[in-house]
Amino acid sequence: MKSKAKILGKSGIQRAIIRIAHEILERDKEKKKLVIVGIRNRGEYLAHRIATALEKISGEKAPLGILDITLYRDDLTEVAEQPILKETKIGFDITGKKVILVDDVLYTGRTIRCAMDQLIDFGRPAIIQLAVLVDRGHRELPIRADYVGKNVPTALNEIVEVKLEEADGVDEVAICEKPG
Amino acid sequence: MVLTKSPYAKSRDKMAVKKPVVWTKKDLLGIEYLTKEEIELILDNAKSFKEVLGRPLRKVPTLRGKTVANLFYEPSTRTRTSFELAAKRLSADVVTMLKESSSIQKGETLIDTGKNLEALKIDIIVVRHSSSGAAVMLSRALNISVVNAGDGWHEHPTQALLDILTLKEKLGRIKGLSVSIIGDIAHSRVARSNIWGLTKLGANVTVCAPKKLIPAGIEKLGVNITTSVEEAIKKADAINILRMQFERDEKKAFPSRMEYFKTYGITEERLKKAKKNIIVMHPGPINRGVEMSAEVADGANSVILEQVTNGIAVRMAALYLVATAKKNK
Amino acid sequence: MSILIKNGRVIDPANKRNGIFDILIERGKITKVAENIDKEAGEIIDAKDKIVIPGLIDMHVHLREPGREDIETVASATRAALSGGITSLSCMPNTYPAIDNCSEMKRLRDITKKDAACFVFITGAITKERAGVEIVDMKAMKKEGAVALSDDGNAVQDGAVMREALKKAKENNILLISHCENKNISKNGVINEGMTATKLGLRGIPKKAEYEFVERDIKLAGKTGAKIHIAHVSAKESVEIIRRAKKEGILVTAEAAPQHFSLEESACETYDTRTKMNPPLRSAEDVKAIKEGLKDGTIDAIASDHAPHGKHEKEIEFDMAAFGIIGLETSLALSIINLVDKKIISWGRLIELMSVNPARILDLKHKGSLSDASDADITIIDPEKEWVYTRDSIRSKSKNSPFINRRFKGKVVGVIIGGKLEKVDCETI
Repeated sequence: MKSKAKILGKSGIQRAIIRIAHEILERDKEKKKLVIVGIRNRGEYLAHRIATALEKISGEKAPLGILDITLYRDDLTEVAEQPILKETKIGFDITGKKVILVDDVLYTGRTIRCAMDQLIDFGRPAIIQLAVLVDRGHRELPIRADYVGKNVPTALNEIVEVKLEEADGVDEVAICEKPG
Repeated sequence: MVLTKSPYAKSRDKMAVKKPVVWTKKDLLGIEYLTKEEIELILDNAKSFKEVLGRPLRKVPTLRGKTVANLFYEPSTRTRTSFELAAKRLSADVVTMLKESSSIQKGETLIDTGKNLEALKIDIIVVRHSSSGAAVMLSRALNISVVNAGDGWHEHPTQALLDILTLKEKLGRIKGLSVSIIGDIAHSRVARSNIWGLTKLGANVTVCAPKKLIPAGIEKLGVNITTSVEEAIKKADAINILRMQFERDEKKAFPSRMEYFKTYGITEERLKKAKKNIIVMHPGPINRGVEMSAEVADGANSVILEQVTNGIAVRMAALYLVATAKKNK
Repeated sequence: MSILIKNGRVIDPANKRNGIFDILIERGKITKVAENIDKEAGEIIDAKDKIVIPGLIDMHVHLREPGREDIETVASATRAALSGGITSLSCMPNTYPAIDNCSEMKRLRDITKKDAACFVFITGAITKERAGVEIVDMKAMKKEGAVALSDDGNAVQDGAVMREALKKAKENNILLISHCENKNISKNGVINEGMTATKLGLRGIPKKAEYEFVERDIKLAGKTGAKIHIAHVSAKESVEIIRRAKKEGILVTAEAAPQHFSLEESACETYDTRTKMNPPLRSAEDVKAIKEGLKDGTIDAIASDHAPHGKHEKEIEFDMAAFGIIGLETSLALSIINLVDKKIISWGRLIELMSVNPARILDLKHKGSLSDASDADITIIDPEKEWVYTRDSIRSKSKNSPFINRRFKGKVVGVIIGGKLEKVDCETI
C-alpha cells in the first residue's frame, strides 16, 4: 500500500506506550488486580510492551493474555478472505479483575465488541478498559477507548497501517490509500 | 527507558516465509482429496478449538444460526455424539436423522433425503452411510456442505485427522514416523483415511493383516505390507489397531475371537518387543481380549481417551472450515 | 425409389473394395457398384469426402421390451441404432418375460415388425428363464427364427448344463453366445478387483470370474464340436485363452464392447455410476490386450452391449446401482477415435468388426457387404465431422452413458435401410 503520511515512528510509539502505562497506573486508584489482554495480531505485541512498561514502573508483573477474536466475528461468511484462526491464551481467571484490552487501531468498534463478548465467556471481570495505539474515528458501535496513543482523524477511503518490529521488522504508523 | 528485548523477534522471520493456506472446499469427503497443507490447516485449527474445550465456558458463537444435520444410516453413538457436541460447542443447531427414521424406512433415496434437508435450509450435513462413495454422491447432488462421517469402506476423514493430531501431540511430528495399522484393512475406512493422511505428511506406513484381509493393490498407495503382528510392532513409533468386525467377517479370516487374539492381539508380552514409548491407538469401541488385552487398553502406552477428546476438536475444525469456506476468486 | 450414391469412398472388405465408387440401389437391393455410374435415379446422394460402408450390425443389444418399456422400447432403441449407423441388431432375451419359448419369440417379432426402425434379429435364451437349469427347445426356437441363444446377463453356472446345451446346439446347428461370469468368484463385486477398488472401498470382481468360464466354455465347445461366441470380452487373460483356442481350431468367436477399449477402471474414481457395468472396466493392460485382440483377429466383432437403465436405477449409491450403459449411438464414434484414428486398425478392419463378421457369425444372409443383390443397408459417414455427444441428442429413452459431452470426430450422416434413405445428421426421423 502506498503510504500517504507517516504518523508515528519508533520513538513516537515508544513514548505512547510509556505514557499509556503511566495513565493506567494513575487511574488505578483502587489498585484493582490488573490483567492485560492483547487482541491478535498486533494487539498481542502492544500488550506485551505495555505489560513490560508497567512492570518497569510499578515493579509488579501483571498477567498477560492473548485473544483471537475470529470465532466471535459476525461477518465470517461475508469477508472475502478466510481469517486465519490462531490460539487464544487466557491462562488465568479474569473474574473480579481489571482487564485492560489492548489493540493497535480502534476504528468501527466491532473488533472490540467481539473481544468483549469473548472475554465475558471466560469469566466476569470487575472492569474492562481499552487501550489502543491509534483511534481513527468512524465508530459504528457505542465503544470508546480509555487510553489512546494518538488520535488520528481519517477519511473512509484511507487505511491506518501499523507496523511493529515484532512482526514487520520496523515500528511505524502510517496513513495509506485504500487499494482498489 | 529501554524496553526489554521482544520475545517475538524469531516469530517475525517465520511469519515472513509461511503463506497462509485458504480452505476453499465446501465439503470434507476424504483425506485422499486434501493437500498436505490443507491437512495441516485442519490440525492447526483443531489445536485452537482444543483450547476452547478447556475453557470454563466451552462454547463459541461462531456457527450461531447455522444448522447441522447428522444423517446416520449406520448406528454409531460415539461419532454421532462427537459431531453433535462439536456443532453445539460452535453454537450451531443440530438435528439428527437416523436410519430408523420413517422416511428412510419408507424407501426415500439418499439423494432425496439430502435434497429435503437442503430445502429445510440445513447448512451442513454430516453423513455416515454403509455404501462407499455415499458422501461423494451426496456432495455432487447438493449445494450445501457435506462432511463424511464414514462411508462404507471408503473414508472416515475426521477419524484419521484426530488420530494424526494425537500422534503429533505425543511425538511432536508425523514426518519420518513409523506407523503400523493392524486389523481388517480390506474393510476399513479408518485404515484408508489414515494411510492417505500419514503418507501425505511423510510417515512410513505399514499395514498388517491376514492375507485375506489385505486389499489388492494397496502397496500402490505407498505402504509396506506384513502379515506378522510382531513385524508390524517391532520398529513402530505408533500402532493403530482397527476393530475386528466379526459380524462382517464373510471372508472367514478367523474362526473365532480367541484365534484373532492369539495371532494379532496386542498384549503386554508383544509390546515388550516394541519401542519403549510406542503409542497405542484404537478408533473405538474396543473389544477387550480380542484386538488388545485389557492391560494394554488401560496401559500407559494407550492414548485412546485422548483420541476421543481430540475428536471433538477436529470435528469443530472441520465444521468451522466447511461453513466458512471461501471460493477462490 | 432408386438411389444413386456418388463419389463416396466405398470400403467393402467382404468384396475387397476400398476406393471411390458409385453405388446404385434399386428395389431395396444393391444392383451395381462401379466407378462413375451414369444412370437416372430417384434420389442422388453426393457422398464426396464421405465414407460409404455396409450398414453396421450390432450383435449385443438389450431392447428391454417386453417388460421394461419405461426405460427403452423397440422403437426408441432402433431409432437410436440408426443414429449410430447401425442398420441391423440382434437383441438379448433377458426381458420380462424372457424370450425362452416360441410364443415369446413370436410376440417380440411381431412388435419389431410394427415398431422397429432397423432390422432386428432375436437371440433366444439357452435355459428356461435364463436360470441355467432347464434347456429350451432349441429346434423350435431355431425354427421360429432365433439367430443364436444366450442367457446373457447370466452365465450358465453349471458346467454339466452348459455341456449339454452345447451338444444340443451342435445338433441343431445354432450358435450359443456365452456371458462368462463365475458367480462364485464375482459374488457381490461391483468394480474390477484392483487398486481402484481398494482406493474406493468397493467390492472387487476378480478377472478370474470371467476367464475361468471363458476357458471352461471353450473347452466344452471343443469337446462337443459346437460353435461358441464369447460375449463382451474384457480381460487380458480371456483374450489369450481365445487366441490359443483359435490356433487349436476350436470354433470360437468373440466380441468386445467399446467401453472396454475406451475406458479404464480409473474412470470409476468419482463414483459415477455411469461407469458401473458388467464385466467392469479393467486396467490399462487389459485395454491394451483388447485392442491387440481386435487388431490381430482374436476378437471378431465390436458389439455395444447397449443396456438402458432408468434414473432411479442409476442415480443411487454405487454398490446398489444397476450395471450397464447405453451404447448404440456411440459405438462407431468410440471405435473411430480409439482404434482407427490411433492407427491401431484400418477402416477396413473396423468394418469387418462392425459389419462383416457379425453378419457371418450370426449367419445373416445378404448383410455385411455391398455385393450385387445384398440388402441395401448402407451407412454414410463424414469422417472429418466433429461433434459433441450431448444428453439432449440421445435418442434412447435412457441416458446412462459415461460419454456424455465427449467430443468425437466422425459422424454418421445418413443411413440407407432396406433401400430407403434416413437422414441422420441434424434431423430427426
